[in-house]
Amino acid sequence: MTFSHSKSTVGVTQSMASRVLRLLIVCQLLYSTIAFGSVLDIDKEEEEFSEELLLKPLPDRKVLAHFHFQSTAPPSTSFGRHHHLFPKPISQLVKKFRVKEMELSFTQGRWRYEQWGGFDPISSNNAKPPGVELWAVFDVPRSQVDASWKNLTHALSGLFCASINFLESSTTYSAPEWAFRPDLGNLRYGTLPREAVCTENLTPWLKLLPCRDKAGLSALMDRPSIYRGFYHSQRLHLTLTGSSSEEVDSGIVLEQTLTVVLQPSSWRTGKSYVDKAHSQPSWSISSIFGRKVGGKCVLAKSSNVYLQFEKGLVGELKNLQKENANPETNKLASKVFLSNLSFDLSVNPDKVFEEVDNFHSKSTSILYEFSVEKYNDSHPLDLGLTWKIPVFWSCQQAPLHASRFLMGSGNERGAIAIYLRSTELSEGLKKSDIVDQSCELRVNVFQVVPWYIKVYYHTLQVFVNQQSRAVADIIEKIHVSPSKDKTSPGVMELILKLPCGLESAAINLEFDKGFLHIDEYPPDANQGFDIPAAVISYPDFHVSMHFSEDGSLDKSPMFSKFEEKSLVLSYTEILLVPLTTPDFSMPYNVITITCTVFALYFGSLLNVLQKRVGEEERFLKSNAGRKTGKLSQLLSKFSTKLRGKPREPQPSTAVSSSFVSFKLILKILLVAGIAICWQYYFG
Amino acid sequence: MAETETETKSVTSRMRQRPIVRLGFLLISQSVIVSVICCTAGVLALLLLPVLAKNTYISENALMPGSASSMLSHQEILEANKLVRDIASLSSKPSGAAVESRGLIAQYMSDLGAEVNYHKFHPHSNQFHPLHFFSGPGSEAIQDNFSCSLYGVNTVGIVRAPHGDGKEAIVLVTPYDSVRGGVGEALSLGIAYSVFSLLTRVTWLAKDIIWLVADSQYGEYAPVTAWLRDYHTPVFGDLGSLNTEMCDENENISKLKENSIPERNISYTFRRAGTMAAALVLKVAYKNEHFEDTLSIYAEASNGQMPNLDLINIVNYLAVHRQGLRVKVEKLWSLLESKWLRIFGEILESLGKLAKSLNPDWKFGISASDYVEGTATLASSLYYQALGVPTGPHGAFRDYQVDAITLEISPKYSFNNKDRRNDFLLQGGRLIEGVIRSVNNLLEKFHQSFFLYLLTSPGKFVSVGVYMIAFALLVAPLPLVAASLYADSNDLNPALRKDKKPINSDDLGGLLKSWKWLNSAKRVFVVHLWGVIVSLLPYFISQICDCTPTTNFLIWISLSVLILLILHQILGSPYSHVCEIQSQEGEWARLKSVTISSVFIGLSLMSVINFATAEIGALLMVPTSLLAYPLKLDIKARSLRSFSRMICNLILGVISFPPATFFLLKGVLEGFEGINAGDFWNWVESLWAWNSATYLYIGMVHLPCWVLCVHILLHSC
Repeated sequence: MTFSHSKSTVGVTQSMASRVLRLLIVCQLLYSTIAFGSVLDIDKEEEEFSEELLLKPLPDRKVLAHFHFQSTAPPSTSFGRHHHLFPKPISQLVKKFRVKEMELSFTQGRWRYEQWGGFDPISSNNAKPPGVELWAVFDVPRSQVDASWKNLTHALSGLFCASINFLESSTTYSAPEWAFRPDLGNLRYGTLPREAVCTENLTPWLKLLPCRDKAGLSALMDRPSIYRGFYHSQRLHLTLTGSSSEEVDSGIVLEQTLTVVLQPSSWRTGKSYVDKAHSQPSWSISSIFGRKVGGKCVLAKSSNVYLQFEKGLVGELKNLQKENANPETNKLASKVFLSNLSFDLSVNPDKVFEEVDNFHSKSTSILYEFSVEKYNDSHPLDLGLTWKIPVFWSCQQAPLHASRFLMGSGNERGAIAIYLRSTELSEGLKKSDIVDQSCELRVNVFQVVPWYIKVYYHTLQVFVNQQSRAVADIIEKIHVSPSKDKTSPGVMELILKLPCGLESAAINLEFDKGFLHIDEYPPDANQGFDIPAAVISYPDFHVSMHFSEDGSLDKSPMFSKFEEKSLVLSYTEILLVPLTTPDFSMPYNVITITCTVFALYFGSLLNVLQKRVGEEERFLKSNAGRKTGKLSQLLSKFSTKLRGKPREPQPSTAVSSSFVSFKLILKILLVAGIAICWQYYFG
Repeated sequence: MAETETETKSVTSRMRQRPIVRLGFLLISQSVIVSVICCTAGVLALLLLPVLAKNTYISENALMPGSASSMLSHQEILEANKLVRDIASLSSKPSGAAVESRGLIAQYMSDLGAEVNYHKFHPHSNQFHPLHFFSGPGSEAIQDNFSCSLYGVNTVGIVRAPHGDGKEAIVLVTPYDSVRGGVGEALSLGIAYSVFSLLTRVTWLAKDIIWLVADSQYGEYAPVTAWLRDYHTPVFGDLGSLNTEMCDENENISKLKENSIPERNISYTFRRAGTMAAALVLKVAYKNEHFEDTLSIYAEASNGQMPNLDLINIVNYLAVHRQGLRVKVEKLWSLLESKWLRIFGEILESLGKLAKSLNPDWKFGISASDYVEGTATLASSLYYQALGVPTGPHGAFRDYQVDAITLEISPKYSFNNKDRRNDFLLQGGRLIEGVIRSVNNLLEKFHQSFFLYLLTSPGKFVSVGVYMIAFALLVAPLPLVAASLYADSNDLNPALRKDKKPINSDDLGGLLKSWKWLNSAKRVFVVHLWGVIVSLLPYFISQICDCTPTTNFLIWISLSVLILLILHQILGSPYSHVCEIQSQEGEWARLKSVTISSVFIGLSLMSVINFATAEIGALLMVPTSLLAYPLKLDIKARSLRSFSRMICNLILGVISFPPATFFLLKGVLEGFEGINAGDFWNWVESLWAWNSATYLYIGMVHLPCWVLCVHILLHSC
């Protein structure tokens, strides 16, 4: 509002009518774009930055810390080429390569779906496969998508100090049609499962934040403690807001998240840890990060720390409260169980949110908000959670638990199997949907296989509840693009239509292991080759969390992210396929063999060129008339001696040959004697 | 014979030949001397192998064994000791101990935060499947209709590496018999548990750790194979496994209900963890060692396959230099006392000293006792590789190209000594920790060091390049002798035919002459066919009747002889009356030549599959086939030479008959008292049950060649 006002005053001061007209047109244009694309807040003309940290205790005695930084840039006509808060490299990237949406993640460790849950926004957005994953949607004609992708990978590679440029090769990326994300058009997807993630990737990522890690929540990121964790995933997601029409630049929303799962250190110091193993460890921000929150980043619009208790935990706590049957505590509003019997918070929360549940289930998750604004360096925020009694709960699971493994042994062939196992959620479905028989559970499978794993897609077998089923019965839709040698990977997209009451389902694909050319082997080829993680998603299930708010209208970016309906998505394991590898340490042998072959070749060639066969034969014939060869005589003599039979030797030659042999033996003996003497006295 | 050849060669023909061809002719013509020299050299080279053995070294730099100090502390040992005590107290109770101890182990694993699952399997005894040799391990059809009562349950715990990507795993196996398990097995569980509990907390782990407590009620090998089979080749559409699930559902459900919350990690769903990098089988046995704590390493897998030498090297290095254990590998103990070996060793020692006095840089001498020990170890290494039967549960891993060894730790003091127990657990645990840490460091799979080697001591080995020489020398004369015999028999006839009147017309005679070897080849082929039938017979015999081994053995022999006679009648006779007089003359020589070539082909093929078998086979078969000479001719000749040849032939003929070899070896090694005719049957049964290629060798190469040699000996010429 203020912006348009100032513009109009400027317009009044200008006397030239044409100028006014032009400005008015600009204003109108601006208004229209704002009205058209107002996904964000009303005053979106300002660049904004907000920082949030979500902490969440996990059932297996660990703590999830989820940093969420969001920068937004309004349409750039208002600012020209300059930004206040928004990182310039990103906006340049977007403009140059016409990226519509992009996500880049660096992950170390695995997200454990069974223990940490698979049915909440955090797990479906932030659980990523180990290594690097990059996908991007481009706003360019179809023919230019690949070129843009290649340029983008190089740019990102430079920006994040990672080998993302390896995704440039057409053997590493693919263009999923519908199974990865619902129809996004010019989408490209690539992963580098072997990329090692470390601080060198984090530093450029932090550089994109206005306060870097000097102030605010990002100051918590003590490198040793965040890399010691069980899961570490740094993610960068950018989307364009507004219309995608070509004249008007649209705003950019850059969402940077860092998700780490840490082990509170108190657990390790416990002496008899087996006894303590059952109880949740108590922790505080300073005990898990080794630092405290010393105030907000001054550039941030909002800076909050949240503590989330998920559904299962809240339900369990309620049960415990009921068991303790204290009427007063029972009276306490279920929203606010602050310091109660089961746990203690070291800092009182500023606000408490409760999830608005559409399904009216027994319990809903609870969020405590702690505003960082009140705190400063002399009075830092150190949120602590102390458990008084042992609590057990389990996270909400995705409908099916997916695992993928290799079958078979040997260097010739094998099979990839994806095994889906029912979890509590699908068992719940089974019960609820017993009435209507036609209940179906749809599962999307997206799998990329490198070309040297030659998958035979016709061998696809489907088993439901350990019984073989016809492929046509189970598969609703399938899209396969077979791999081309050294050109493109094999891509398989599937929609499975499974009966609700299933216990397990398995997909089985056979493959042959290919041979690579010697220079196609990567370093450490003997480790084996990776098959990137498959993506399993459930198109019928979406997760979103709505939190009731105490009157405040401006939602924090993280909340609005939670409220977005996101697909339930999970990644399977990365597989390691041992391929046949040559012995790389044999250049010496190769040189030797080559030299031998060359020597033989040239030797025989020279022999053939030099020899005059006819001449030689004549010579031999004339020689043979006179005497036989020395060698053969010698040998025949030898043999006769050995056989003990007297054999009439040719008198003339016998003498000479014996004489020769005697001389020869004498010579040999002499040389041997000299050699021995030499060894004995000087060796 | 050689002279006749050289004489008949015309002058012109001789001068045209190139030197290399001349050399070939020379070798063929002097085949007797060459074969004597080669065979002696071959045997000598074999005896010299302990001298030529090199010290082992860790080839892969990434392994870095022992570079990190051990993190295993007394804390873990105390916990492990608690587990050992709990198991011991359980096993004292008679009923239900199996289920309870299983639950106890699973509980302990789960408390550490590991993922635990039970794996149920049916221990079906190894069945002989004809033509299933060399086929993949997963292709065996799964037996149907099991009884519910007969199953074992493995307990599997998996620690996920915190930073790892889960692509690779290291397997630790402890066989544990939940019914009859003794203190030794409990201690091995204790060691594994201490390491496992440490590994749940370390940050350096890059590969997942699988701890398999193999239910060894039905043998140690079966549970490991069953688990590996389900790991690598699960059967999805298998209704049989559904039935088994139903079998004991009531029992398990009730068990799970009992303590539901802490057991949430324990399930029956099969859990996996990536490609296996290496496997260690851990056993504890009390052997009453007087010297110090010892560690025995067993490495031989099926068909003489060995794990990568680096794996043995790490264990050896850590055990000797870090934990102060005495490392042993199997030895043939009876060889240690043999006189002739000691004398040979002393000769070598003095030779070595002499060489050293000539030049101090020549260090090939080893002391006589070292030599004898090395030979005993080498012999046992050869024997177990030749047998083709794995020496422990680690053999199951080799079928899936996973390097694995069995470590058997035996303490100096008895298990009852409580004070020593903690030290023992600490020592064992640190060894296992070190090995796992080393393998964990490894980025690639084991490929740097040798796969083909023979051990002469835990720290010394003979690589393939060296031990092949002995075999090559032994086998080299075979083609020469075959060629010379063939040439002789072809040359013999025209010489004779000049004296006699040619019976047939010239071209027909020439044709017959040049194709005469086909008759011998046919005979050899028939005998080999017989060998195939004989090697298939035990399967049918074992299917048909449930007799004692002795009767089975007798049935086998009588059937074999019967079939041989039948085959001889049907296929062996027809050519003999076509040109009887002519073919009789050189027939045995031609037969011998073809036999020798078939021996050569068989041995060469076998040396690729299982070198040790080929080596031992060559030691027996090469002299037998080379010396074979009709007894009738020897008797006619009446000279000292022919007499000695006859004696040699008779002795070799007896020795190289497989059952005779077996009984002789058994008698020499274990004494002649307890020998039973059924033993051979049992031995053969174990060979085919383990899919040993040695069985095929004996049936299809060794036995037919022996029969042919005997046939030559008894030839009526």
